[in-house]
Amino acid sequence: MSEQYLPGEHPDLRPPVGQTGLLLWLRKNLFSSPFNIVLTILTVYCLYLMLPPLFNWAFFDAVFIAESRDACRAAGDGACWGFIEKRIGQFTFGFYPVEERWRVVLAFVLLVVALVPLLWDKCPNRRQAIWFSLLYPFIAYWLLLGGMGLEPVETSRFGGFMLTMVIGVTGIVCSLPLGILLALGRQSELHIIRWLCTSFIEFIRGVPLITLLFVASTMLNYFLPPGTTFDILLRVLIMVTLFSAAYIAEVVRGGLQAIPKGQTEAADALGLKYWSSMRLVVLPQALKISIPGIVNTFIGLFKDTTLVIVIGMLDPLGIGRASLSDIKWTGLSTEVYVFIAMFFFICCFSMSRYSIYLEKKLHTGHRED
Amino acid sequence: MSEQQSELSAAKLAVSDHEMIRIAEMHKWYGQFHVLKNINLTVNKGERIVVCGPSGSGKSTLIRCINRLEEHQRGQIIVDGTELTGDLKHIEQIRREVGMVFQHFNLFPHLTVLENCTLAPIWVRKMPKAEAEDVARSYLERVKIPEQAEKYPGQLSGGQQQRVAIARSLCMNPAIMLFDEPTSALDPEMIKEVLDVMIELARDGMTMICVTHEMGFAKTVANRVIFMDGGEIIEENEPQEFFNNPQSERTREFLSQILLH
Repeated sequence: MSEQYLPGEHPDLRPPVGQTGLLLWLRKNLFSSPFNIVLTILTVYCLYLMLPPLFNWAFFDAVFIAESRDACRAAGDGACWGFIEKRIGQFTFGFYPVEERWRVVLAFVLLVVALVPLLWDKCPNRRQAIWFSLLYPFIAYWLLLGGMGLEPVETSRFGGFMLTMVIGVTGIVCSLPLGILLALGRQSELHIIRWLCTSFIEFIRGVPLITLLFVASTMLNYFLPPGTTFDILLRVLIMVTLFSAAYIAEVVRGGLQAIPKGQTEAADALGLKYWSSMRLVVLPQALKISIPGIVNTFIGLFKDTTLVIVIGMLDPLGIGRASLSDIKWTGLSTEVYVFIAMFFFICCFSMSRYSIYLEKKLHTGHRED
Repeated sequence: MSEQQSELSAAKLAVSDHEMIRIAEMHKWYGQFHVLKNINLTVNKGERIVVCGPSGSGKSTLIRCINRLEEHQRGQIIVDGTELTGDLKHIEQIRREVGMVFQHFNLFPHLTVLENCTLAPIWVRKMPKAEAEDVARSYLERVKIPEQAEKYPGQLSGGQQQRVAIARSLCMNPAIMLFDEPTSALDPEMIKEVLDVMIELARDGMTMICVTHEMGFAKTVANRVIFMDGGEIIEENEPQEFFNNPQSERTREFLSQILLH
């Protein structure tokens, strides 16, 4: 029974009961069909089976401080985090000299400071802060390697999470601009540039990262003039950067192709030159579309840093393996790998969340709406 | 229409002998396909040219050659004394002086309406930001959407977007405006608001070349109507003559098709 209104006089009515709110959400998402109801019940049951033992192992029955594995086992049935606690310094800093570790900590704190204005656009005094971000790589280089008043430290002593961060952050920061240039080069009207970029991208993508790392560790010596020393970490950084730049280039190229031709035509018609039109009109749109792919590549790169273990660098996995061979602590590989996995998960998950935040922020109501 | 016609009678006096565009014996090919054949056209300052013709007749291509969005292979195009050649300097100079409005607006979706309008003045004309914003606001006022300045193009209707596109071009203070079917992608009820803006521009003495199917607009505004077919200019005449007394058979056929319904 609906009431009658004259055309144009129909008021806005409230939606029928049960069409909004929590109950509706539950019904729509968890109990919408018999199959969905079975699925919901099964899921809850599985969680009930899995979660309590997991929490017991990781927290309630776990031993956080112990002198050896036997002491751990005597104190509780759960995880033996005491082992991690004893080795945390090595996991974090590798073989960086203990009395110089403050430099790594300071470099990390400054990294966070340098990232804030880059990642957060409402940062107060953003312009000035970005100058610091641009200076940061030099500060970090000085802090980590020493010289000019600081005790020099060989890169071979880098290790653990610190090594992961050095390779990961450098790779990410350098591969994005390089990847964008490669993507633009691949679309260039100048044949030589296009040809060079395409061959580079296809070659790098066609080769596993491990082989590139082996090339970096052994073969480069054959190509370089005898007597040149070329830091192994630097070689790894170059290879990792080139590798992910090739992937970034393809992701960005996808974004570039999604931009209608009318956009460059409008920019041309207004008199913008090639680089202005790219920087102001095309790339902001193309990069926005490419964010999921770019972050995906970054996450891949960050995790691939563990591959440096094959050329003898001690990333967290390398440190973990080395410390597991200690007689006092044998058989604790689960704890070690869970701990390392949590470190990577936190880093990668943060990147993923940031990318979602960025996508939402850049959404200006075109297309989808 | 009569009101608009009287508005325009004064403007018609504004046409001077100063030559803005000269196209001489111009040809263009897409690969093997000969799209433009021996085009000759001169446009004086303040003139308003309407180009019409069936689709595929090369009318869009013709006006896109004027700001080098398309390259011509033979003949000459001179815009305000500068010849269009492969020389980037010449192309850039001409593009600064020639505004263009597209069928699909081509606004920059990631920038607000105001930023769309200030982008080129700031980066091409090197105008200070505050000044560029003042100029932009005054043109947005002129196209009657000053209140939309902070919105994004995606939040506006088609007619509003096209008016922003016109304002964006005007912000560069062009000597010539090219319109490439500016109303073809619009809903019928939005066509008038865009045409009104264009009529007002014409009244102010802007040199304009419009590719359009709006014959009413051609009748009220144009000094000359050009009919193209198969890549050639078939007929060129004053609107009165063009509509009442078309010379060629093909023009008559075309007019009967579009005027009858």
